[in-house]
Amino acid sequence: MAGSTPASLSADAPAAGVVQARKARSISPAIETWRRFRRHVLAVSGAIVLLIMVLGVLVGPSIWAVPINEIDFTAKLQGPSLKHPLGTDDLGQDLLARMMYGGKISLAVGFAAMMVALVVGVLVGAVAGMASGWVDAALMWLTDLFLALPTLPLLLLVIYLFRDSVKQVLGVEGGAFVLIVVVIGGLRWMPVARLVRAQFLSLREKEFVEAARALGASKVRQVVQHILPNALGPVIVVGTIDVATAIIFESTLSFLGLGFPSDVPTWGSMLRDAKDYLDIAPHWALFPGAAIFLTVLAINFIGDGLRDAFDPRRVL
Amino acid sequence: MSRQYVIRRMLIAIPSLLGISVILFTILAMAPGDPFEELATNPAIPPEVRQALRTKFGLDDPVWQRYLHWLSAMVQGDWGFSFQSRMDVDTLILQRLPVTLIVIGASQILAISVAIPVGVLAAIRPYSVFDQVASTFAMIGFSLPTFFTGLVLILIFSIQLDWLPFVYRADIHATGWAFYWEHLKQSIMPVVVLGLAQAGTLVRFMRSSVLDVIRLDYVTTARSKGIGERKVIVKHVVRNALIPVVTLVFLQLPAVFGGAIVTEQIFRVPGIGSLLIAAILANDTPVVMGVTFVIACLVVLFNLIADILYGWLDPRISFR
Repeated sequence: MAGSTPASLSADAPAAGVVQARKARSISPAIETWRRFRRHVLAVSGAIVLLIMVLGVLVGPSIWAVPINEIDFTAKLQGPSLKHPLGTDDLGQDLLARMMYGGKISLAVGFAAMMVALVVGVLVGAVAGMASGWVDAALMWLTDLFLALPTLPLLLLVIYLFRDSVKQVLGVEGGAFVLIVVVIGGLRWMPVARLVRAQFLSLREKEFVEAARALGASKVRQVVQHILPNALGPVIVVGTIDVATAIIFESTLSFLGLGFPSDVPTWGSMLRDAKDYLDIAPHWALFPGAAIFLTVLAINFIGDGLRDAFDPRRVL
Repeated sequence: MSRQYVIRRMLIAIPSLLGISVILFTILAMAPGDPFEELATNPAIPPEVRQALRTKFGLDDPVWQRYLHWLSAMVQGDWGFSFQSRMDVDTLILQRLPVTLIVIGASQILAISVAIPVGVLAAIRPYSVFDQVASTFAMIGFSLPTFFTGLVLILIFSIQLDWLPFVYRADIHATGWAFYWEHLKQSIMPVVVLGLAQAGTLVRFMRSSVLDVIRLDYVTTARSKGIGERKVIVKHVVRNALIPVVTLVFLQLPAVFGGAIVTEQIFRVPGIGSLLIAAILANDTPVVMGVTFVIACLVVLFNLIADILYGWLDPRISFR
């Protein structure tokens, strides 16, 4: 197998060998997972919606090249029209352009915070799972402690205390981005850590790891080559859901006026500005709200589909 | 359930309270900003006076001494003074806390009473039409951010239909039934918003919990004894399926407090959530710290209750 597998760290290497041994015609687990995922109608629709959203915020601004801060008082609070497909806000700024700009921020925050949570969680979980003894106990105590923390109040507290000093170092927008991503990630790694630890505890006793150990593989090699790739499935599922959670947290913060500075349009801050005009311009609140909802729903369905697809016990 | 188990659980809660206080204090101590910064820039105050003040208030003490000092003050209920409201922080929080607890409690009751029947019915016939519809709606409820649900409800019921008020008022000028009716009317939307978000999670959990139990041998035994299906489900299945769900209800409370902060902000409910936001926007640090600490303590308390309830509902746990 060593000769046939590429050097890259792929999630399928060990299991692929098993399939190959059993059947002459080999289907890699990645393809198998995709085959299972494809059958989950809602998950596929979620993936398509998310893809459209990502394309929309990345490519959209070059097609719909209206500046996000062009003020036009003659066109304020207008409903959807040909000139402004999603209408305008109280300063006559084009909502479609602002939505695309805000979507870029929301999605970027979601993915970046998920990466932070995954890196910290995998690191803590892997160390705890491999170390056992007092290191394990201490790390798990820390994890439980963090799980008991109320996320949103703490998020608000940290951002309240640190936003000015971070702003000075990294600039207004960059500072807010880094702070929000680090804090959301820093308060969301615990489920990942517990999951990774549980996976490690069971995987490290499996025969293929024992075989690697018998062949003299170092601890790091055991983890990186053999245990971690097999533990990744559920971690990817949790990571997917984490993107959705992070997007909700970011928009909640912006909605409460504590996220990005108020001149940066994000979906949350647009809702915040719109909530005082609900009676005369409901479209202003409904579009960004629906965007948050659709994105989160799409990601959650993808997570559901991935969970089913990764679960080998489930017959589809 | 033994008393020993309860005591042990309570003792375990103490280190987590201390741990949370350490985290809060670390955040506070690391935060930039010096309470005597104003004095430093004021030329009328000589540096020696400033230094004397710093020494007097213990700002130059080692960190652990400052932590112990802060902790003992917190334990004694000396939480500082709100600059904004001109009153002690603990009185202020005690004034606001009941409203929050009532709203959260009512929303939990709503969530549970919706989620349990729906989850059970969905699990009895998995992959049926009802199950698919319920699961989809659960996912929608779970994905809807509370602030958006709140705004949509305001749009429908306050602006379009004009049935419910969208600002929560503490000073209702009415007596007798009218007073309660007004209070009920203005509480409906906050409670529904919080409850529905929670119900989505609970339905999913209840469904999988029932699915886990319904396949067990003792359920087959009950059926084969000739007990009616209804009785099997209610008396045998649901009872055991509820155990993890009860725990989840309590373990979800940190998230519910987060939702309550947003909901209170939207409907201007005078609870600790809106107090926290108002204090943050007004740079009222003692109140911010106090509210965060209270919420953290409540969460630890509810975790403790969840543990104890779990031991009571599932006697196998206690003997571990």
